[in-house]
Amino acid sequence: MTKQFLLDGQPVPFEDGQTILEAARIAGHYIPSLCWHKDFAPHGSCKLCIVKAAGRHVSACATPAKEGWEVESNSPEMNGERRGLLQMLFVEGNHFCPSCEKSGNCELQALGYEYEMLTSRFRHFYPDRPVDASHPDVLLDFNRCIFCELCVRASRDVDGKSVFALTGRGIDKHLVVNAESGRLADTDFAKDDLAANICPVGVILHKREGFAVPIGERTYDNATIRSKKLKESSS
Amino acid sequence: MSFELETAANRENLRRVAIDPVSRVEGHGKVTLLLDEAGHVKEARLHIVEFRGFEKFIQGRPFWEVPVMVQRLCGICPVSHHLAAAKALDPIVGALSITPTAEKIRRLMHYGQILQSHALHFFHLASPDLLFGFESPVQQRNIVGVAAAYPEVAKQGVLLRKFGQEVIRITTGKRVHGTGAIPGGVNKSLSVAERDELLKDADQMVEWSRDAVHLARRLHETNGSFYDEFGLFRSHLFSLVRADGAMDLYDGHLRLRDARGHIVLDKLACADYEAHIVEEVKPWSYMKFPFITELGPERGWYKVGPLARVQNCDFIPSALAEIERQAFIAHGEGEPIHAPLAYHWARMIEMLHAAEVIRSLLDDPDLLSDDRLAEGPRGREGVGIIEAPRGTLIHHYRVGDDDLVSYCNLIVSTTHNNQAMNEAVRQVARRYLDGRQLTEGLLNHIEVAIRAFDPCLSCATHALGKMPLAVELLDAHGSLLDRATNGG
Repeated sequence: MTKQFLLDGQPVPFEDGQTILEAARIAGHYIPSLCWHKDFAPHGSCKLCIVKAAGRHVSACATPAKEGWEVESNSPEMNGERRGLLQMLFVEGNHFCPSCEKSGNCELQALGYEYEMLTSRFRHFYPDRPVDASHPDVLLDFNRCIFCELCVRASRDVDGKSVFALTGRGIDKHLVVNAESGRLADTDFAKDDLAANICPVGVILHKREGFAVPIGERTYDNATIRSKKLKESSS
Repeated sequence: MSFELETAANRENLRRVAIDPVSRVEGHGKVTLLLDEAGHVKEARLHIVEFRGFEKFIQGRPFWEVPVMVQRLCGICPVSHHLAAAKALDPIVGALSITPTAEKIRRLMHYGQILQSHALHFFHLASPDLLFGFESPVQQRNIVGVAAAYPEVAKQGVLLRKFGQEVIRITTGKRVHGTGAIPGGVNKSLSVAERDELLKDADQMVEWSRDAVHLARRLHETNGSFYDEFGLFRSHLFSLVRADGAMDLYDGHLRLRDARGHIVLDKLACADYEAHIVEEVKPWSYMKFPFITELGPERGWYKVGPLARVQNCDFIPSALAEIERQAFIAHGEGEPIHAPLAYHWARMIEMLHAAEVIRSLLDDPDLLSDDRLAEGPRGREGVGIIEAPRGTLIHHYRVGDDDLVSYCNLIVSTTHNNQAMNEAVRQVARRYLDGRQLTEGLLNHIEVAIRAFDPCLSCATHALGKMPLAVELLDAHGSLLDRATNGG
């Protein structure tokens, strides 16, 4: 007999070893995420997949499902916490959607819409993060980094190049390039690397593409991130 | 005479009257008047009190982001900044000329912008003064008052603007702050459905625009001597014109006429603008004062915008607007018209031209083509000049090998009119306010003169680091102990 847990009162089947998030997505239930990727080990840093399981707040991407658990996800309390996390991500960096070329394709922006983030709520940090335009094909705009480490993991585990790393602690944490000069041009990074194509926000950008795709044809212009991600999970 | 009331000879014991903010204009500005005991005007200044600084923070950004970022300068004519930036950046991607489809879609976008902005200004901002009188009850002097007293006029104004906004939405993806133009061309063409949606109303817009010209003309001619004299001053006229001398608001070369209508400079290439225009900074305004290099600051200032364009071109290349231009020119009886209130009449002639251009472009199959982008050998510098609703708009960029903008200079339409607007304020202050008990209605005369230029004050202030600042340390008795300046 298949094991199952209850997600917001709905039975969700799972196999041993599956996390709450994996099992939920396969069963057609959306739990949001930014740092999670099906091809990598759970990271648990963005915390947007926060759910309440057995009375405790846990990251759904990093918590194995358990038989008989009652999990709360799509509730005013959990969604309110997610909205707060999104607001913190927005004020920590310099996210100016109106002039950002990732607008419409950005997962952070799409989640802002999904969870009805209407204000920034917290004081903006306005960190000073210069761009790295040294590479001929790729621009790094660190202003928008959310520290999901997808580029770090993709470059290290798939591309075999270890181009990126996080350094510093706490509020000083930031993304760096693994070269003595600190410049992307001084690495063997290439625009076809997985790391160049995995950023969920607008940090790692193919140069000179910008706004070539018009409004109305961008990823989240006509479909919510919820429906897009569920479609990906079912395919 | 031009600078007579700019700074009072002795500012002590003068009474200060401020109009703050100036209403029914875009952005934030104020007027200060200094009056002596008898109420005589000793100083009159239009100050621009907000500061934007785009020239500075655009530096260090990737060039392909610029057309989208700079349009945030303005919510009224973002398309003008969007297109001027895209034109300036075309040479960076080697597009020394763009495809016919790209140029026609950009022109459609631009004339949609002209139509909506001119309709907004005439009907929403200016018509309350013109229809009710400058000293009419302030409660009535707004678009709601116009809608109550002249419902058909207000309705046409609202729908003309809406049509212009729809043209912008269809060409850029959004009514305000879209993304249509990109360096080298445009990112979308029109679908047949989109083209037909605009075609449905296009003839009506031409008709209503012609009615608007007639309304503006009637208002002017009914009060001919007053409209011709109000705030009158003479200056040079400056704008783009097409190679054959026709009005062209998207592209062309620069032409300067003197106050008597003689062409002083002509066929100036846009890329050479720096050789002909100098921007002067004054300590009391965030907005710079441009003048023509060859003529110097005393004589070289000029007017831009509809009044300059309608008289600077040799003809308007659309049938109905050309008839109206000829009637306008005839009103001058052989002399250029310099009356600030004639801006409204000229503006409506341009709106009619824009409606005709849109109507004509919609028949062009190139709008539906996918041939949208051109490219060539990489360039490092570009100048884009366009005639925005309020006048000549100049964008100039340099881009480094790393694709980041290293230099940005913007000379915005309203900046060109800075001296002209100050002059109109001084003429009105001298003629209508001097020695009189000031009332709201009298002060509104000053605002009426400013409004005629349709200034966009928020677009125009970028003099970062150039503002001359002076700090003085005085002792308890007012004696100067120390003084420091930034050298500006």
